[in-house]
Amino acid sequence: MEPIIVFENVHYTYPGDELESLCGVDLTIEKGSFVAVLGRNGSGKSTLAKHMNAILVPDAGRVLIDGIDTADEARMLELRRRVGMVFQNPDNQIVANVVEDDVAFAPENLGVEPREIRRRVDASLRLVGMYDYRMHAPHLLSGGQKQRVAIAGVIAMQPEIIVLDEPTAMLDPQGRKEVVDTAFALCRARGMTVVFITHHMDECVDADRLIVLSNGSVAADGKPAEIFSDRALMEREGLDVPETTRLLHDLRAAGLSLPEESLDVEGCADQIARELLRRA
Amino acid sequence: MLKDITLGQYFPGDSIVHRLDPRTKIVLVIVYIVALFQAVSWPGFIAVALATAVCMALSRIPPKTMFKGVKPMLFIIVLTALLNLFYTEGTPVLPGWIITREGVSRACQMVLRIVLLISGTFLLTYTTSPIALTDGLELLFKPLKALHLPVHEMTMMMSMALRFIPTLISETDKIMSAQKARGADFETGGLVRRARALLPILVPLFVSAFRRADELAVAMESRCYHGGEGRTRMKQLSIHRRDWIALLLGAAFLAGMIVLKGL
Repeated sequence: MEPIIVFENVHYTYPGDELESLCGVDLTIEKGSFVAVLGRNGSGKSTLAKHMNAILVPDAGRVLIDGIDTADEARMLELRRRVGMVFQNPDNQIVANVVEDDVAFAPENLGVEPREIRRRVDASLRLVGMYDYRMHAPHLLSGGQKQRVAIAGVIAMQPEIIVLDEPTAMLDPQGRKEVVDTAFALCRARGMTVVFITHHMDECVDADRLIVLSNGSVAADGKPAEIFSDRALMEREGLDVPETTRLLHDLRAAGLSLPEESLDVEGCADQIARELLRRA
Repeated sequence: MLKDITLGQYFPGDSIVHRLDPRTKIVLVIVYIVALFQAVSWPGFIAVALATAVCMALSRIPPKTMFKGVKPMLFIIVLTALLNLFYTEGTPVLPGWIITREGVSRACQMVLRIVLLISGTFLLTYTTSPIALTDGLELLFKPLKALHLPVHEMTMMMSMALRFIPTLISETDKIMSAQKARGADFETGGLVRRARALLPILVPLFVSAFRRADELAVAMESRCYHGGEGRTRMKQLSIHRRDWIALLLGAAFLAGMIVLKGL
């Protein structure tokens, strides 16, 4: 697979801070993959995200997005068009009083022709399932709906990459599910590269790859099943193991033979049922 | 209590008034205000009141909503009425009374003027979405760019302010509840005491508003905002025949009012 996001030994310190927020991050993310980034508060997750569309530029090292160096100011607009960003608080990223006007904001900034904007706005709203709400006022929507409007607003730029910086942190379980499903649909059905930052483990189960950040560097990087089964790592980083992994682990400790790791409830239940039948 | 603020509220609809170009409506509101101040006698006031009623009926905004907008101004209206009632010289209503016939008539006219002024201008914000309104203002004031006036930035700030009114109102409600839960008292005491009680609300509100502004700026930049240069609009404003007719009627109405004043 071809790499689309490349971090080369990136260092970054916030002005006025003594500690480095990113200390030597090397990372390659492949086109079309769904990558989840985990880590406790202050581990550098948001700082990492903000480096992907040149909101922050590395102090040392470099970030390449599809070959474009983020430090290249002449190509900043092009870069930002390619990398859509969705933030934690939906209220603070919606700019208009009507849903469809908000979705039109980015293409308007890019100088897209009016009829094409209309087409993109309708398509984006349909994609996130908010087309029926296009005339609504954003402040009357639920958290999950607002966040989906924010995603539509980003899709309207037709980006190749979408970075979601803790998009579910302020949502209720229903809203979280809506946003996670939308993010997965963008990757699986539309082939977009998705970087999903979160601290809810259960949202990362289906990701292609999971990166754990700790104190500004990559502590672990691999398939979700591999990472979740590394109990020592999970505990060290203060991460909650998904319920299924914990159950399998405890049963194993109690003497059951459950060789496979499985992250979904069905798979987990199947395995336990098989083992119980074998024993009976 | 804070939910009652109707300032800048928009009621979506599809009436002829809604469909007029925002530029036409802005110009018409200016014409309306000038015409209103041409009314000095009862025939003039009645003419303006009738015109307002016709526009309201055309906009299909329920009169109840219109009056809601007048409510916050009640204090000023009552004060104006009382001042005019007691301080106008002329023939007393009854022998020995301080109130004069002229005073009663004038008080009624002044109250009517304020109510008409408010409802006429509110008709604009009720029937025009904030985006259309600021787009209209931006286009109308575009010529001022030659004088290096930051027209785009000003209208952008206006639409942002309108967008964040409901957000900040609900935030204020939240902070007030939090402070009340901890024993804060906003309802009793003198003016100074009550003003002081508001301080623990204003400080967190300002802090959060600045944080919001910061996040919003980052989000806007992430969506390629880079000023008004090279920006297009999804909803193109266009002047139709109905706009010309409305402007013509507005001009005729103003001319009529000026003639009426001269009579």
